[in-house]
Amino acid sequence: MAAAGARWNHVWVGTETGILKGSTVRQPRSGRHPALLCPQILMGCADKTVRYFSTEEGRFQGHKHCPGGEGTFRGLAQVDGTLITCVDSGIVRVWRNNDKEASSDPLLELSVGPGVCRMRQDPARPHVVATGGKENALKVWDLQGSEEPVFRAKNVRNDWLDLRVPIWDQDIQFLPESQKLVTCTGYHQVRVYDPASPQRRPVLEATYGEYPLTAMTLTPGGNSVIVGNTHGQLAEIDLRQGRLLGCLKGLAGSVRGLQCHPSKPLLASCGLDRVLRVHRIRNPRGLEHKVYLKSQLNCLLLSGRDDWEDQPQEPQEPKKAALQDTETDELWASLEAAAKRKLPDLEQTQGALQTRRRKKQRPGSTST
Amino acid sequence: MAKAGDKSGTKGKKGLKRKATAEEPQEAAVAEDGATESGVQPPKTAAFPPGFSISEIKNKQRRHLMFTRWKQQQRKEKLAIKKKLKKEREALGDKAPPKPIPKTIDNQRVHDETIVDPNDEEVAYDEATDEFASYFNRQTSPKILITTSDRPHGRTVRLCEQLSTVIPNSHVYYRRGLALKKIIPQCISRDFTDLIVINEDRKTPNGLILSHLPSGPTAHFKMSSVRLRKEIKRRGKDPTEHVPEIILNNFTTRLGHSVGRMFASLFPHNPQFIGRQVATFHNQRDYIFFRFHRYIFKSEKKVGIQELGPRFTLKLRSLQKGTFDSKYGEYEWVHKVCALFFEEPFISFQKYRMRRKLCTLSFECLYLMFLTSTSLKEPISDKVFGSDD
Repeated sequence: MAAAGARWNHVWVGTETGILKGSTVRQPRSGRHPALLCPQILMGCADKTVRYFSTEEGRFQGHKHCPGGEGTFRGLAQVDGTLITCVDSGIVRVWRNNDKEASSDPLLELSVGPGVCRMRQDPARPHVVATGGKENALKVWDLQGSEEPVFRAKNVRNDWLDLRVPIWDQDIQFLPESQKLVTCTGYHQVRVYDPASPQRRPVLEATYGEYPLTAMTLTPGGNSVIVGNTHGQLAEIDLRQGRLLGCLKGLAGSVRGLQCHPSKPLLASCGLDRVLRVHRIRNPRGLEHKVYLKSQLNCLLLSGRDDWEDQPQEPQEPKKAALQDTETDELWASLEAAAKRKLPDLEQTQGALQTRRRKKQRPGSTST
Repeated sequence: MAKAGDKSGTKGKKGLKRKATAEEPQEAAVAEDGATESGVQPPKTAAFPPGFSISEIKNKQRRHLMFTRWKQQQRKEKLAIKKKLKKEREALGDKAPPKPIPKTIDNQRVHDETIVDPNDEEVAYDEATDEFASYFNRQTSPKILITTSDRPHGRTVRLCEQLSTVIPNSHVYYRRGLALKKIIPQCISRDFTDLIVINEDRKTPNGLILSHLPSGPTAHFKMSSVRLRKEIKRRGKDPTEHVPEIILNNFTTRLGHSVGRMFASLFPHNPQFIGRQVATFHNQRDYIFFRFHRYIFKSEKKVGIQELGPRFTLKLRSLQKGTFDSKYGEYEWVHKVCALFFEEPFISFQKYRMRRKLCTLSFECLYLMFLTSTSLKEPISDKVFGSDD
């Protein structure tokens, strides 16, 4: 991706081989003023370093070596100028974020328990993190508080054969506007916990499929979650009733990363089948875009752009980005008309516009 | 009578009209009461209600008759059109436009974006760091364990034995109720690099699980068209102990690359050309055909081949990351039946029109053409996938 075009990327994807890729989703609509973008991306690598990537400049700015504990990073968070890391063996550390290569001692160190699969920061209260993993029950920690967890979940009752139900929390999300948490497990369960209620057991439990659920994300409404499993099946589960709302087709490999757009009904998903897909969640449910990225994708991040309809800035046509008001509607309309009239050998962008439009008109192309 | 029922609303097909017009005077005489004048003719287009089709006739014999008549008419029309076209072409002579190429599935294929470009550095980096890198760097040599599903029957056992003669450095073990997940750590401790499990159903082998051992991917195939040695006609003598060469055809997409590398890593790196034996994995529309031949070059252009060894067809069902763990493992690719009509085959892509001709030939002819297209000077192993030698 060109350095100048980096800030316009919609989705950032990290691969298994350590490459960070940015991808834009092109739509030929009118240009509008872009919202504030996230200026920096933190990338945790398997060699225990956290790299800082600047979206403005389009390159890595520095890295921080975070030793201690065994295993890969399972969670990264930033609060108040400090960096929180969590590794597989359960060591959560808070580092001073001085952006330099010199590794300092951690400010705070917690041991969460072995086999951590995910550590997630509460977006509403940045000093609160939740951890969970294989045979490691969900725990909510307040980093400013004591060394003991604020909330420690209890396992569900023994099943109908009176056997202990195993625990494998694969992904955790904090529900907005409440203290509730949602987890998805490797035993294909989706559970909702409520620390405010007296019961430590899950308030709601729903199951989906027969394969481990690997990734989860909240939908914009806040009432449902979308989960993905190791077979590439994506499902939307309602959290009020615990039932399945619908499925999304297309992925052929294990789902590694899922994220919903905060306001639009769009879902970006990436997995081991090396393809980044963007689905539309409602009216109608289906595939919007599909990008083949050549390596196995591990995690993704949507950039903080509210508008997905901007014409991305092309390095060879910078003047298009300057058009920011609604008069561009007519401009784009005239350009589209011109494109249709021209012969097939068009400029590169207009050729792309044509092909995208042609692709959309094909029937049955909603999901792949 | 068949003819009597003719008028009951059959559509006015041209063929029918000929008979109808002959019969109408008689029918009219019968149907119309008191109409004795032969001059009164009902209209030529008989009273068939619109939208009536032959399939609505209840009488089977009559229906069949109508249909055959219609079909004959269609064939006549088609022949007439062909003749006309031919005449026109002859009339034009040299100026005639070139003949249009018939559409085949292979012709109509949409370009698959996952096809690997040979110069792609990202894919090269990926392959240099994946689980097969140690094989392709010549650090490990393969050692295969071949086994079956529980309590196999005769055909499967014989297939395993024949496979072990084809794949050098392989060992067959009788499977007796031991879980694969328990077998795998034992194999790893005994330095096996690959595990092949042939699954059997109703006394025939129907599945193949290929697991690369230290931590490697597991591929699950559906196996069909299994032919043991004695079922192969005009076969040569049993294969010798020489290490065969390998040919991997059409593993062009990224998924195809992974699967192709899995197959390549089953065989030792140094083929012995003295043995003149070659194992071929030919992929066509996602079906992988395995053949084992012995070749001999009679001259620069002519090659004779003898098929030895077992023959079977594989189709990939899933590729799982990590060793065999069907319940909790992560899948890199799963064959989904519902998605089939959206995407074309995943493993291969054939864009050249000429290939459609090769597809219609038998496998042997294809093979011969392939072999003769290479000169004697370059060793066959250059055609081995990836040219690792």
